[in-house]
Amino acid sequence: MNLSGDIALAKIIVVTSGKGGVGKTTSSAAIGTGIALKGHKTVIIDFDVGLRNLDLIMGCERRVVYDFVNVINKEATLSQALIKDKRTKNLFILPASQTRDKDALTIEGVQEVLEELAKEFEYIICDSPAGIEKGAQMALYFADAAIVVTNPEVSSVRDSDRILGILQSKSKRAEESKAPIEEHLLLTRYHPGRVASGEMLSVSDVEDILAIPLLGVIPESEAVLKASNQGTPVILDTESEAGLAYMDAVDRLMGEERPLRFLEIQKKGFIKRLLGG
Amino acid sequence: MTDSGFRLKGSVVTTVLLEIQTFSLDGIVFHLKEKIDQVPHFFNQAPIIIDISKMKRGITVDEFEALIQSVSALGLGVIGWRCDPDNLPVWSASVTIPLLPASKARPINIAPTVKEESSPDVVVKTVVEERLVPQSTKVITKPIRSGQQVYAEGDLIVLTQVSAGAEVLADGNIHVYGALRGRALAGVKGDVEARIFCKSMEAELVSIAGNFMLSDALQNIVWKDSAQVLLVDDSLEIVPL
Repeated sequence: MNLSGDIALAKIIVVTSGKGGVGKTTSSAAIGTGIALKGHKTVIIDFDVGLRNLDLIMGCERRVVYDFVNVINKEATLSQALIKDKRTKNLFILPASQTRDKDALTIEGVQEVLEELAKEFEYIICDSPAGIEKGAQMALYFADAAIVVTNPEVSSVRDSDRILGILQSKSKRAEESKAPIEEHLLLTRYHPGRVASGEMLSVSDVEDILAIPLLGVIPESEAVLKASNQGTPVILDTESEAGLAYMDAVDRLMGEERPLRFLEIQKKGFIKRLLGG
Repeated sequence: MTDSGFRLKGSVVTTVLLEIQTFSLDGIVFHLKEKIDQVPHFFNQAPIIIDISKMKRGITVDEFEALIQSVSALGLGVIGWRCDPDNLPVWSASVTIPLLPASKARPINIAPTVKEESSPDVVVKTVVEERLVPQSTKVITKPIRSGQQVYAEGDLIVLTQVSAGAEVLADGNIHVYGALRGRALAGVKGDVEARIFCKSMEAELVSIAGNFMLSDALQNIVWKDSAQVLLVDDSLEIVPL
C-alpha cells in the first residue's frame, strides 16, 4: 500500500472542537445527513473510540455488529461494519468501538480505511472526540476541511483556537506543505437573549477571536435534545430553528449563499407568555 | 507538575567592580566617597564586586573584612569578591561574601615566551574576519493560535493575530499587525533596545529584555488600541501609536 498516496477524490471533513460537550456529534450527524439529503453519498465515522455516541444520535445503536476498530484490525470487512441509514438515502455510519480505547487507532490503519471508503463515497465526515490528544489528532490528520464547533463562551473559543493551531501544524496537509485545511466555524448553542444581556459572546466576538469564516450559527433549541433522545438527526426536524440553521450551514458548505438567521431575540407571543414558555 | 512556589532563573545584572591596586583603607574610602558624592543616585545600593587580583602586595583577612565594612557603610551592596585563582589567599574560604569567578573580560595572560631557537610549527596564514551578521526577520502570515510558540532570532513580524494562550518571542523587535492577545517577549537575549509594536494591544504579557508587564497593568494604559512597548531606564513604557 502506498502510504503517501492521496485519498482519491472524496472530501474528508473533520468535525472537531477541542472542548467536549459543544455539539460535535450532533453537528456531525446533522451535517452528514444534510449532505446526503443533497444527493451525495456520505459516510460518518465515529472516531470517539471508547465513548461512542454517534450511533445513538443516529438511532442505529441496535444495529452495530462490527465497528471501526474491527475494520482496522481486519476482523471485519468495511461492508460488514458500515450501517446504512434507514431514513436517509446515500447515508452510512461507521460506528466506534465501545470496548477499546484510542490506542487502537493507527495512522496506517485509519488511512487504509479512508482510502477504501474514498472509492465509494463523495463525503467522509470524521466525528472527532474531544481533547487534543491522539484520538482528535487521528480524526483530523487526513482532513481536507474542518468544521470547528464552538459555543459562544470563552473556554470553548480558547479550545477551538488551540485545535485550529493543531489543524495547521499536525495534519497531513501541513506536514506535506500542501494547501492548508479549509476551516469553517460553526457556532452552536447560540442564545440571542443571553448574548444581549452580556452572558454570552456574540457572533462577531467569536469571529474576531478565531478569525475564520463562519459556516453557521445554530440557536440553542430544545429540538436538539429531543432529536438526540429520539435518535433522529435534528436536521430532519424542519419545524425547528436548529434544524433549519443546520440546513443553511450545509448549503453554505456546498458553496451556496444563505443569510444568517435566528440571531435576534424573539418576542414571546401572547399565548407563549401566558403559558410561561 | 507540583507547585514549588518559586522558579529558578538565570539573570544578568550590571554591577560596579572595585578593583584594588594598592591597599590603603583610608585612601580608598576617601576617594570612593568623593566619586559617590558626584552621582549619588547611581551608587545608592548599587551592587559591587571587590576585585583584589590586581594587587601587588597581599592583603590580610582583617584588612579585607574592614574594606567590605567600609564599602557597605558608603551605601553600596557588596555582592562578592574576585581574586586571581592562582594566587588565592589562605583565608579565602573564611570570607562571608561569595568568591566570584574571574571576569571573562579580563586581559589574557601572555603565554610564557618561547625560547629563541624554537621556531613556530604553524604560521597563521589567514585571519578570519569578524563580521556582524544581520539576523534575518521572520514573517508569519497565519494567525498564531493558542498553545503555539514562535521564536525569531532577529525581528518577528506577524501579519495577523496572536491568540490568547500563544507566545511570540524574538531576540529583536516584534511587530503584530493584528490583535496581540497572547504573550510577546522581545529582546529575549537581553537587547534593551528591542520594542514591541501591535495594532491592538490585548496582551496577556509583554516583556522586553526580561522586564515584563501583565494585562491588568496594560489595561490601565492602552487597551484594544495600537501601541508600542519600549524600555526606558529599566522600566517598560507603553505608548499609543
